Amino acid sequence: MTNELDTLALDKEEMECVYVKPSTLTEARMHYCPGCGHGVAHRVLMEAVEELGLAEKTVGVAPVGCSVFAYHYMNIDMQEAAHGRASAVATAIKRVLPDRIVFSYQGDGDLAAIGTAETIHTVNRGENILILFINNAIYGMTGGQMAPTTLPGMKTTTTPFGRDVSTAGFPLKMTDLVSHLPGAYYVSRHSVHTPNAVRKLKKAITKSLQYQMEGKGTCFIEVVSNCPSGWKMTPRQANEWLVENMLKEYPVGDLKVPA
Amino acid sequence: MDIRLMKGNEALAEAAIRAGCQAYFGYPITPQSEVLEYLMAEGTQRGMMVLQAESEVASINMVYGAAGAGTRVMTSSSSPGISLMQEGLSYIACAELPCLVVNVNRGGPGLGTIQPSQGDYFQATKGGGHGDYRLIVLAPASVQEMADFVYDAFDLADKYRNPVMILADGALGQMMEKVEFRNYDPQQHLVPKPWATVGKPASRAANVITSLHIRPEKMEQINLNLQQKYKEIAEKEVRFERVYVDDAQYIVVAYGLAARVAHRAIEMAREKGIRVGLLRPISLFPFPTNEIRSLVPLIDGMLVVEMNAGQMVEDVRLAVEGQVPVSFYGRMGGIVPMPDEVLRAIESLIGVPAQQPMEVTI
Repeated sequence: MTNELDTLALDKEEMECVYVKPSTLTEARMHYCPGCGHGVAHRVLMEAVEELGLAEKTVGVAPVGCSVFAYHYMNIDMQEAAHGRASAVATAIKRVLPDRIVFSYQGDGDLAAIGTAETIHTVNRGENILILFINNAIYGMTGGQMAPTTLPGMKTTTTPFGRDVSTAGFPLKMTDLVSHLPGAYYVSRHSVHTPNAVRKLKKAITKSLQYQMEGKGTCFIEVVSNCPSGWKMTPRQANEWLVENMLKEYPVGDLKVPA
Repeated sequence: MDIRLMKGNEALAEAAIRAGCQAYFGYPITPQSEVLEYLMAEGTQRGMMVLQAESEVASINMVYGAAGAGTRVMTSSSSPGISLMQEGLSYIACAELPCLVVNVNRGGPGLGTIQPSQGDYFQATKGGGHGDYRLIVLAPASVQEMADFVYDAFDLADKYRNPVMILADGALGQMMEKVEFRNYDPQQHLVPKPWATVGKPASRAANVITSLHIRPEKMEQINLNLQQKYKEIAEKEVRFERVYVDDAQYIVVAYGLAARVAHRAIEMAREKGIRVGLLRPISLFPFPTNEIRSLVPLIDGMLVVEMNAGQMVEDVRLAVEGQVPVSFYGRMGGIVPMPDEVLRAIESLIGVPAQQPMEVTI
């Protein structure tokens, strides 16, 4: 690896710079597993914050889950919330600092299981924040247990024979649910499995931050992501499985757009 | 001079506005809903951000967020609601966020009753949630103190970056008394909070509010720092009241409403020639251990009176270390003891046979 980097350095003068990491990301090496969508989601969120000139105005809230250390990677002021309470914490920050840009970054267990009440009520109040919801249908950090968004029949460590909806319930589609609430201004579902999908996600995030600057209400963006480790697949297999399974249950697209 | 006749809950809420409290998050629960109601009506008109949350769980986490953003913030509830806040309080204590939490204690366990109780003493003074942490706990005994302690609570919270609890009870919250509001200019008391998450200027590193320190060496150091802080608080912030202590042969130890009942009982006992005094802990954490211990050589016994099954009595016995007998008299489940009951308990200390059997002795 080092040799490769050295070679790149040697060629630097002849190469065109096509990408620079935003100043809103730290130098810390991310702990995410190879192929995980979190790193990409972190990057496009922080790119959007920087490009809109909001780095000094933004306060983020990290969840409990794989992205619990999001504040190690995002070079902005951040709070680490208790499990499920990120949107309540974000609500309070925005209420006391209304001219700041506030987001919560939450996984499926955090947002759609233990934090269901906070999520629904935050959106229902139309809190002027961005809720970024990373859905990979599994509890990654605790070792691959069933999430509220786990697909029917999907094997996890707590559904070893596959999720049986007659006993374990159905995938909870929080994004669909909150899209019906009057407080929601912009609700959209995206993914990060192709460069094109990543570009669309970034556009949606950028738009949501602009809406927040205009004081429009809650923006809620779901990112259908993967978990190669938890799904026990290679990164490539995981992205293929995502297309064949996840996107059928959770189709990308806008669920609520400004009238 | 601003003197009014108010409920304890209302006096506390009015004092919060005057103390420069910038944000309140809460959920209705009897017997403290007047705090939320008063602040919705009055606080919002005088610049406070007041939000009725979907639960006490949300409330305490909103307090976390607002405190982390550098504002003077509070919540209030009653026993079952305070139980729901314990996880959040543990996070707040670890992240060292200043805030005020008011518990207008009602009878438990469980859904219990809406009548006054002191059953939450253990929960308030021993941590309450998971991990090794302490709240600073102040116990008012009048509507006046319901107001006065609010200013002190916010100042202590800021001084030590620690959550402070005012532990009242349903009677103090509901009863009306004369209350005088002191002159207090928040601008003279608000402290800079350079650690707050308000948006990161290019000139400094990012501020992070967290209670997560995954490396055990770091987490132990965080714990050591907290314990050092609690030690300093124990050295500097003990508050108590002494009544008729100087010539006392016996001492009653009681706090809050129970102390007021005990005060009357002590006056009745003195009329009978019994030399008994009152030591009223005002700060329940830090506990006036040294003050209680210093009385030991001067007295023949102590009586602890509480509206619970005997909680603070454990701290009194730790202070006394078995050197004098410590009796206990308590009522539970929302019952407030009457002065004559406490008088009988005092008399039994000195061997006067009780006229009637005591209803509850433990």
